[in-house]
Amino acid sequence: MQDLLGLEDLTAREIDELLDLAQALREVVDRPIKKVPTLRGRAVVNLFFEPSTRTRSSFELASKYLSADVINFSGSHSSVQKGETIWDTAQNLTALGVDAVVVRHGTSGVPRQLADLLRVPVINAGDGSHEHPTQGLLDLLTVRQCKGTISGLKVAIVGDVLHSRVARSDLFGFRALGAEVTLVGPPALMPDSFAGPGVRITHNLAEGMRGADVVQVLRIQRERQAGGYIPSLEEYRERWGITRHRLQWADADVVVLHPGPQNRGVEIDSDVLDGESSRVLSQVTNGVAVRMAVLYRLLGGTYDEPR
Amino acid sequence: MTNRDDVIRIRGARIIDPFRGIDVKDDELHVAGGRIVSRDDVRDGSRPVRVVDAHGLWLVPRLTDMHVHLRSPGQEWKEDLVSGSQAAAAGGFTIVAPMGNTDPPVDIPSLVEWQRHRGDAIGLVRIFPIGTITHGLQGERLADLYTLEQAGAVGFSDDGRVVASARLMRAALSYSVSLRHPIIEHAEDRALAEGTVMHEGDVSQRLGLPGVPEQAEALIAWRDVELAGLTGGRLHLAHVSSLGTLAALAYAKRSGLTVSAEVTPHHLYLTDEAVEAWDYNPVTKVNPPLRPQSIRQALIEAVVSGLVPVIASDHAPHHADEKAQPYSAAPYGISGLETSLGTVLTVLLHSGRMNPVDLFARLSKGPDQVMGLNYPGLLTGAEADLTLIDPNARWTVDPARFYSKGHNTPMAGEQLTGRAVATMCRGRWTMRDGEVLEADGE
Ligand SMILES: [Zn+2]
Repeated sequence: MQDLLGLEDLTAREIDELLDLAQALREVVDRPIKKVPTLRGRAVVNLFFEPSTRTRSSFELASKYLSADVINFSGSHSSVQKGETIWDTAQNLTALGVDAVVVRHGTSGVPRQLADLLRVPVINAGDGSHEHPTQGLLDLLTVRQCKGTISGLKVAIVGDVLHSRVARSDLFGFRALGAEVTLVGPPALMPDSFAGPGVRITHNLAEGMRGADVVQVLRIQRERQAGGYIPSLEEYRERWGITRHRLQWADADVVVLHPGPQNRGVEIDSDVLDGESSRVLSQVTNGVAVRMAVLYRLLGGTYDEPR
Repeated sequence: MTNRDDVIRIRGARIIDPFRGIDVKDDELHVAGGRIVSRDDVRDGSRPVRVVDAHGLWLVPRLTDMHVHLRSPGQEWKEDLVSGSQAAAAGGFTIVAPMGNTDPPVDIPSLVEWQRHRGDAIGLVRIFPIGTITHGLQGERLADLYTLEQAGAVGFSDDGRVVASARLMRAALSYSVSLRHPIIEHAEDRALAEGTVMHEGDVSQRLGLPGVPEQAEALIAWRDVELAGLTGGRLHLAHVSSLGTLAALAYAKRSGLTVSAEVTPHHLYLTDEAVEAWDYNPVTKVNPPLRPQSIRQALIEAVVSGLVPVIASDHAPHHADEKAQPYSAAPYGISGLETSLGTVLTVLLHSGRMNPVDLFARLSKGPDQVMGLNYPGLLTGAEADLTLIDPNARWTVDPARFYSKGHNTPMAGEQLTGRAVATMCRGRWTMRDGEVLEADGE
C-alpha cells in the first residue's frame, strides 16, 4: 500500500490490518500525554481544497500525536487562485520536503491524480462524491469494537448514497469484510449499479432496517430538494428519518452511526443521536486512531506496543 | 514544388471512390491544373509528368470532416486556422467544416468569408464554415441564415449548446426549407445535463462523478425529429451517442424525413471505462460523454447499416493548462483530426465490419450529401481532392507529434492500423509521408 485513495482498492486483509493497528493506537488518544515519537522528524501537509474543520482537525491531531510536523494548506485562499494549478501547488509543497499529503477536494479523483504525480504517499480525506476512506475505516472500527466482527452483520446505509463519499467507502469496506449491506433511500439517490452480491437496494425503510445490526445514517442536504431528488426535507424525514420508534425495526443491539455533521430532526432525531444505540462520539475518537494508523502505515513508522 | 501546370500521374493505387461506388485495384489517375484530367488530355507530352508510385496504397477522394472546432476567431491559444489546416492535412482531410461557436461567433457573413478566404490563402484544406443558428449563439432569434449561406456557410449550428426553445428550432427547420444547407443540432437537454461531467452508469456511480443519462440527448433528438416532420426541414444531428437517438433516426428514416446524423471516432472506439483507466484525467472528458459498451456497439452498427451516414471528429482542441484542472472544471473536448482516420479504419475496417467503399462513404459522400456539396467523384474535370492511405500501417498515437495545438486526446498511446500517407487538395500535395507541406501562398 503506497497511498490510501479508497477502500475499493483494499483487500479484506489490508483493511483488517489497518483496523488492528488503529485499535492498538487507540489508547494513545486516551493517555494524559498524547505523544508517541513514531513519526518524529516527518512532515505531513493537510491540503484541503474544501473546508472541513472536523476532518482536518482529526488528521492534524493524528499527525501530532505521532510527533509529525503538520502544515495546513487551504486551497480556497492560496496560490490556487493565482493561476497555479493544484498540481503545481502539490508539487511545490512536496518539494519543501513533506513526507505525506492528506488531500480533500470537491472533485472526485483529485487524490488519485495527485498520487499518480507525487512520489510521497497521498491520503484521500474525501473527494467529491467518490470516497472518504478514513471515514469508512473509522466506521468499521467502531462497529468492530461493538460487535467483535464485521462478517455476517446486517448493515443498513440510509440516505443520499448517490452523492455520499462516506456511503461508497462504507459500502466497499463492509462488503469486503463480509457484511450484508442494504442501501435505503429515495429512488433517485440510490445508484442502482451498486446492487449485487452482498448488496441490495430498497426504498422502504422498514424493510431496509429489519434486523439491522448497524444503521449508518447519511446527511441529507437541502440542495437535494432544489435538485428535485426529494420533494422536501420534511417529507424526507417522514419517510426516511431515523426516529426512536423506527429504530425498533432494527436488531435490539443495533449500533447507530452518523458521519456528521448531523441535521437533527431531519435524517436523525435527537433522541436517537443522543440515545444508547448511538456511537457517534466513539466514531470521532476512532477517527483519530484510524488516521494515526494510516499515517503510521504509509510513512513506515515504528511503534512499541505498551505491555 | 510542383508547378500547377505539371501533370501528376498517380499509378498503382487501389482507387476507392464512394461517390461513384467504385473500387478498382491497380488503377491510375492524372491530375493537372487542380483537377482530375483524362489520360488523353495529357498524352501530347507538352507538359512534364511527375509519376507517383502508389502501389499498395488506397486512393480516396474528398475526405471530409464536417464537425471541427478551429477556435478562430478568438481562441487562438487553442487552435488557429493554420494549425487546424495542418492538422486536417496531416489527418488526410481535404474539407473541414468548422463550427461557429468561436468568439465572436460566426453569425455574420463577414466572418464566414474571412474563415473561407483565410483557409484558401493557407491552402492546406478547404474550410467550409458552419454559421450559427441563432444570433450570438443566444438561442433567442435566428441569425440571417440566407445571408450566411450566400457568404459560403454550408450548414448552421449552435454547436456546444442546444437550441433549447422548441419554438426557435421549429423556426430554424422551417426556414431551412428555403435554404440549401442543414440545421445541425447539438442535442442535449440542458436541465438533465446541468452539472454533469460523464455518462451516467455504473462507472460514474462507482467513481462518484456526476453523470448524464443518454436520454438527455434522445429527448432533444426526438423533439427535433418531430419538428423536422412538422416543417419538412433539413435536420442533421451532431455527434449522436444514445440508443434513443438511433431510434429517432430510424423513425425519421421510415417516415421519409430529411434527417441525418454523424458519430465520432471516439464514441466508436472508447467507452466510459476510459474515464477510470485514465485515472480521472479530464483528457477523457467530452460532450456527449463516452458511453458504455452496449451503446458503443449500437453506434458501430448504425454506421455499418448507414443509419448514421457520417463520421465526424468533433475535433475540439484545448490548451494543456485548461485540461490540467480537476475533472469537473476541465473543458469538454478531444483533439481528433489526426486520429480520426486511423481510429475508424481500426474499428470498422480491420474488424471486418465494413467494406472500404461503404466505410469511406461515411467520410466523403455522406457529409457531401448532408451539406449539399454535390462533388461528382473522381471524374474528369472534378476538383483534385484526394488522399493516399496505407491501410495496414501500424502506428501509435503520440499527441506530441500532432500539428494541432490541442494535444488533448484519450487516444494517446493507442495502437491503430491505417493512416493517410499523402493528402492532395486542389491538385496540390498538402501532406506527404506525414509531413505537412508549406502553404505556397498562392
Ligand atoms: Zn456539440
